[in-house]
Amino acid sequence: MISLTDLGIIRDVAWQDDTLIVTVTPTYSGCPATSIINLDIETALRGHGIEKIELKRQLSPAWTTDWLTEGGKRKLEAFGIAPPQPAGGPDHCPHCGSKSIEKISQFGSTPCKATWRCKDCLEPFDYFKCI
Amino acid sequence: MSTAVTSGDDALFEFLCRMGDSTLVLGHRVSEWCGHAPVLEEDIALANTALDLIGQTQLWLGLAGEVEGKGRDADKLAFLRDGWDFRSALLTEVPNGDFGRTLMRQFLFDAWHSIYLGRLLKSSDKRVADIAEKASKEVSYHLERSADTVVALGDGTEESHARMADALAYLWPYVGELFAGDAVDAAMVEAGVAPDPASLREEYDALVGRILEEATLALPEGRFAHKGGRDGRMHTEHLGHILTQMQWLQRAYPGCTW
Repeated sequence: MISLTDLGIIRDVAWQDDTLIVTVTPTYSGCPATSIINLDIETALRGHGIEKIELKRQLSPAWTTDWLTEGGKRKLEAFGIAPPQPAGGPDHCPHCGSKSIEKISQFGSTPCKATWRCKDCLEPFDYFKCI
Repeated sequence: MSTAVTSGDDALFEFLCRMGDSTLVLGHRVSEWCGHAPVLEEDIALANTALDLIGQTQLWLGLAGEVEGKGRDADKLAFLRDGWDFRSALLTEVPNGDFGRTLMRQFLFDAWHSIYLGRLLKSSDKRVADIAEKASKEVSYHLERSADTVVALGDGTEESHARMADALAYLWPYVGELFAGDAVDAAMVEAGVAPDPASLREEYDALVGRILEEATLALPEGRFAHKGGRDGRMHTEHLGHILTQMQWLQRAYPGCTW
């Protein structure tokens, strides 16, 4: 699955004396995953033997889908989520590749996604919104 | 510390509560639709909009608590203040009514919100500008959706058009408060933190007028405005009911978490 660095939300990692400062930016201000993400970061770092960790929230510059890595976009598509496009809508159906698609709702299962549908294979799919 | 600085912080605290309380109360109102919207996609859209607004509330009230310096965080401010300490705009407090009225209220608020946040991007207070930068991205998306829906329903069937016209007539008297400045606003203008609300009216009327025209609805001419929410002088009778529902858990079980 997609990693936090793929998502582009880890803005900085730096040592301050013996404390590791990880700077994280939220995708959406109300994203319910934020606390889980922070917990995951701490757990992962502790698993690597790092004991003193400080998580810093940085709002500006605000997160943009431009920070998604190419690898991250590929992983999204492989998972059935159409990656963000500069044009503002998905390029094609992530299931069958058809370009014949339509928007169902500007929002999807999470704030970062919108709901679309393929008119060929008739499958609905999530589109990762471009912000 | 001089008195001037102290009163400046007091005004900043008030300003931040106005921002945070309006997003909090509207977020709560919109969340009331969860599980009740006409179709699943709209239900999801409303819940996501509410989530964004509550997220923004955490940022605004979090900063308010920091500025106040009395150890109150966003949760304490949201759940442990009484109605008279709230600074929510009256527009955010009015009941949802039908789906059309909810979306009309959202549109009237989003239009103001997007213009206001646009100005806050240039705030002299970097903390305010940072929150505005984050929130404005979400709000431009809210506006796109609420404007589209207002057009679709206004220029829809005879029934939907009539309901949207009713919604506009009901809500319009609550719009003026968003542009009525007072001493707090003047202090924020002076400090370069926030714009004079009155200076945004023209841009607002142009934006709202353009969408309403597309929706085959007329921009109301009346300028009568219910006031008293932003300054806490006189809220609607609805706020107390919202708070009893929103706050009862923290009131009944103080400090409860899960």
